[in-house]
Amino acid sequence: MAADLPQFVETSSLLTPRPEEGSRDRTMVLNMGPQHPSTHGVLRLVIEIDGEIVLKVVPDIGYLHTGIEKTCEAKFYQQVVPMTDRIDYLSPMTNNLCYCLAVEKLLQIEIPDRAQWIRVLFNELTRLNSHLVWLGTHAMDIGALTVFLYTFREREEILRIFEAVSGQRMMTSYFRVGGLALEPPLGLFDRIQKLIKILPEKIDEYQNLLTGNPIWVSRLKGVGHLSAEDAIALGVTGPPLRASGVDWDLRRDMPYSSYEKFQFKVPISNDCDVWARYVIRLEEMRESVKICQQALDGMPEGDIKANAPKIVLPDREKMKTQMESLIYHFKIVTEGFTVPAGQVYQAVESPRGEMGYYVVSDGTAKPYRVHMRNPSFATLQALQVMCEGRLIADVVAVIGSIDIVLGEIDR
Amino acid sequence: MTPTPLDKDAVLQAHAQNRAIASLLIANPDAITDAKFDRNELTLTIGKDQIRAAARTVQLAGYNFLEDVTCVDWYPSEPRFQITYHIVSHSLKERVRLIAFVDSVDPSIDSITPVWPSANFYEREVWDLFGVRFHAHPNMRRIMMPDEWNGHPLRKDYPVEGYR
Repeated sequence: MAADLPQFVETSSLLTPRPEEGSRDRTMVLNMGPQHPSTHGVLRLVIEIDGEIVLKVVPDIGYLHTGIEKTCEAKFYQQVVPMTDRIDYLSPMTNNLCYCLAVEKLLQIEIPDRAQWIRVLFNELTRLNSHLVWLGTHAMDIGALTVFLYTFREREEILRIFEAVSGQRMMTSYFRVGGLALEPPLGLFDRIQKLIKILPEKIDEYQNLLTGNPIWVSRLKGVGHLSAEDAIALGVTGPPLRASGVDWDLRRDMPYSSYEKFQFKVPISNDCDVWARYVIRLEEMRESVKICQQALDGMPEGDIKANAPKIVLPDREKMKTQMESLIYHFKIVTEGFTVPAGQVYQAVESPRGEMGYYVVSDGTAKPYRVHMRNPSFATLQALQVMCEGRLIADVVAVIGSIDIVLGEIDR
Repeated sequence: MTPTPLDKDAVLQAHAQNRAIASLLIANPDAITDAKFDRNELTLTIGKDQIRAAARTVQLAGYNFLEDVTCVDWYPSEPRFQITYHIVSHSLKERVRLIAFVDSVDPSIDSITPVWPSANFYEREVWDLFGVRFHAHPNMRRIMMPDEWNGHPLRKDYPVEGYR
């Protein structure tokens, strides 16, 4: 059926210049991407320009579409967890968390405190990880190449911590339905403590590199204006929404995974521009460090897995000594676990905004439908509003400021 | 185990204070065809023709942010497609789910882009992957798959490996 597929949608089918041909004030159509260094993946923009001024931006997405939602329907519930890493590859733990919370809501099981706190700790480390990549690449787009080297220095340590805890640097799959995969190794919390002790001064260092720089300031201030009304109408979430003056953070306003037990500020700005998004993300990193510190200080003792033998894989030790555990292990691995019919929507605050999982169960061991609501996907719709009437170079700054990840847009 | 789910009237009565339910009932007493309260989530079924009016009503009632539009394919039962809207209120800090059923004879429904422009991409995605058309949508093109693609991949009768 799908035999000869054209690989490229004609530019003219997305956007035609105006007015008619031969006219003096005819505009030009510029194709940007899919392979463009500042699009952080394979985003293709078709831009209508009048001289250097952008009139219209039409995003053409789908180059990374791998049908993850369809694949999820053919997997057991626990097998979907590794799929979720691959959507937003910069914040794998947030995706794991959101999916696990959704399935746990369907199953109505209680997660032990320790697991919840470790989830918060790693969720915030993921936010730091993601924001560090954002800062480095955003600065690189604008032309400040040095910052990248500094941010990746700290990111490397975070990735090593992820590797220590899950065996993988990026595709962690560390959170499982019903708890965590493993108890963190001995000495890991000391390593995290060491990292978050130095992070505040590192964030100052990035700020020193950028904030006072007149080129950086002039490229960011007043660029990509997005009013609060537009932001809400266009489905923008996360730092861009808060940069437009809307005080909304799911961690605080609809808490999940015991976020209500943590004290943190939600930075807000009314500047509505790229600069405000930069400032807010830096502030968020500082707040994340504080949350990590609170999580380490108050880390409860106890189990890391829920007491639900039919859902959670048993310990290796128990499997070798107890027959029931071996049976449960065999059952879970070969048949999966059934989930009562129903539908839930679970949203968490990912580094980019609201990440939501809509999971529908029909009572079998495989999800009937998994839908991911991705922050970048919605935020991309605001590109037109933010870029209209600005220069082409500002499009690059705006894309950087909404911190786009094409993996989660295309899924 | 989970208690048996309440029927429509019982749910509406139990949540009479809910702003979404109250405003929908005032606007049109027949708008809600079914209501469920499951796992702390409120699901209201809206008639297919009423969805844009219902979205407008809910928006005016304070549910200001459209989070998500998606679809569930209940093949082979009819009506087959369940269009699902998740709407959150920034002031009330609560969420409501509106669903509308669309049959496979005429898989189309009113677009809610006049109410929330953000529905644009979501509805294109539903068209692309499920083949449900949205009336009065500004740009009803495929979004994920190539323009010339045959079929709608997330339908349940579309094989996981694609057509060979």
